Amino acid sequence: MENVKRINTPLTDETIENLKVGDRVLLNGVIYTARDAAHKRMLEEYEKTGKLPFDIKGQVIYYVGPTPPKPGQVIGSAGPTTAYRMDKYTPKLLELGLKGTIGKGWRGKEVKEALKKYKAVYFAAFGGLAALLSKHIVEVEMVAYEDLGTEAIRKLTVKDFPVIVANDIYGGDIFEEGQKKYRELDVLSL
Amino acid sequence: MREISAKHIKEAVKKLVMDTEYNLPSDFVKAIEEAKEKEVSEIGKEILGLILKNAETAKTEQVAYCQDTGYPVFFVDIGQDVRITDGYITDAINEGVREATKEGYLRASLAYDPVFERKNTKDNTPALIYYNIVPGDKIKIKFAAKGGGSENQSKQVMLKPADGLEGVKKFVLSSIANAGPNACPPFTVGVGIGGTFDYSTVLAKKALFRHIGERHPDPKIAKLEEELIEEANKLGVGPLGFGGKITVIDVKIEIAPSHIASLPVAVNIQCHAARHKEIEI
Repeated sequence: MENVKRINTPLTDETIENLKVGDRVLLNGVIYTARDAAHKRMLEEYEKTGKLPFDIKGQVIYYVGPTPPKPGQVIGSAGPTTAYRMDKYTPKLLELGLKGTIGKGWRGKEVKEALKKYKAVYFAAFGGLAALLSKHIVEVEMVAYEDLGTEAIRKLTVKDFPVIVANDIYGGDIFEEGQKKYRELDVLSL
Repeated sequence: MREISAKHIKEAVKKLVMDTEYNLPSDFVKAIEEAKEKEVSEIGKEILGLILKNAETAKTEQVAYCQDTGYPVFFVDIGQDVRITDGYITDAINEGVREATKEGYLRASLAYDPVFERKNTKDNTPALIYYNIVPGDKIKIKFAAKGGGSENQSKQVMLKPADGLEGVKKFVLSSIANAGPNACPPFTVGVGIGGTFDYSTVLAKKALFRHIGERHPDPKIAKLEEELIEEANKLGVGPLGFGGKITVIDVKIEIAPSHIASLPVAVNIQCHAARHKEIEI
């Protein structure tokens, strides 16, 4: 693999500035899980109390709802969920200091703009490869909203968790760029 | 009358669900192996290799292939000469799902009400079950673990009869392109053409149960399937949307008569976690 960067969380501005679309990254350290229900609750709570359930500065959120662990496992299967569903909430979290998100699929325009504005990055993890990705998660701790089950906020310690920079602070988009190279038929032309 | 006990159905469903979640269908795995040879994009080839590795890991370790263990969808064909004893078949199917979820360490992925509280039902019930009465004395149970990511990118449209074949093709291809990286390609695509608004979507879902490479018996439809496969693989989406030649593994079409005013078309996108299996009791 070309251009593999092993980086530690939390992320600094300097790290973000060095990340470009297409970079292969192995993440190490703590990341937090949150998906639809946790995002909704987190931001409703923030509206009321001015607080989030964890200190978000420099942190990375992984959009995942894992399966329960089998005996002997730390976590069950744990691949990324589709990121655009969190777009409504992401700019606010970036404003509050979030530095990275991990998911699959396209982000909307507002998120891409917010990544530039607040210096943050969107990583793509390989969707559906959940049995393999879970092996890079070495520790799990419940943080908040346990009643949400799979959608609760968990603190994961990851080791060489493989991701690709999908949107950087320079406006690049890995899916656009990747697909353009192989597109022989544009549906807009049909 | 052949008697089949509800308990027997429950046990069979439980086994079917766990088997489907851990072991991808062998025809799909074989198709991915072949696709890997054809893919020209480097990252695409790498991803297809990882899909095979993930399938192997899930199978060996008996763990869920994908963390989204899906919405349990059943198509049940009940022979009219079958009598079910000791219980109600719907309860038996739901109990099978419930036990598979618990004992198989599957994710609980259903929100009881979709728009108010969205409380998790915690056991993946109630399953969605389509019943059909058929001749004979057997029960055929088809099961799909339908993941949210690809279901969310599925589409339905009521075209005008004047839109014709070109309109159908354009809608199918644009649905595939729009699904892109959000729905975990390479896809198998189920297409339902005709029927009513609702029935077109059922046909699209049903089509996904056909084996990979199994063409529709009507040569006209088989030809359309082949054309759509070829054209979809020119869209450039590629494995997981990172760009490449392999966007779809298969496109399967089912049709039904439609109203003279209508041309309903539904596209059900299936991600690479192509979990569809069936059993006969």
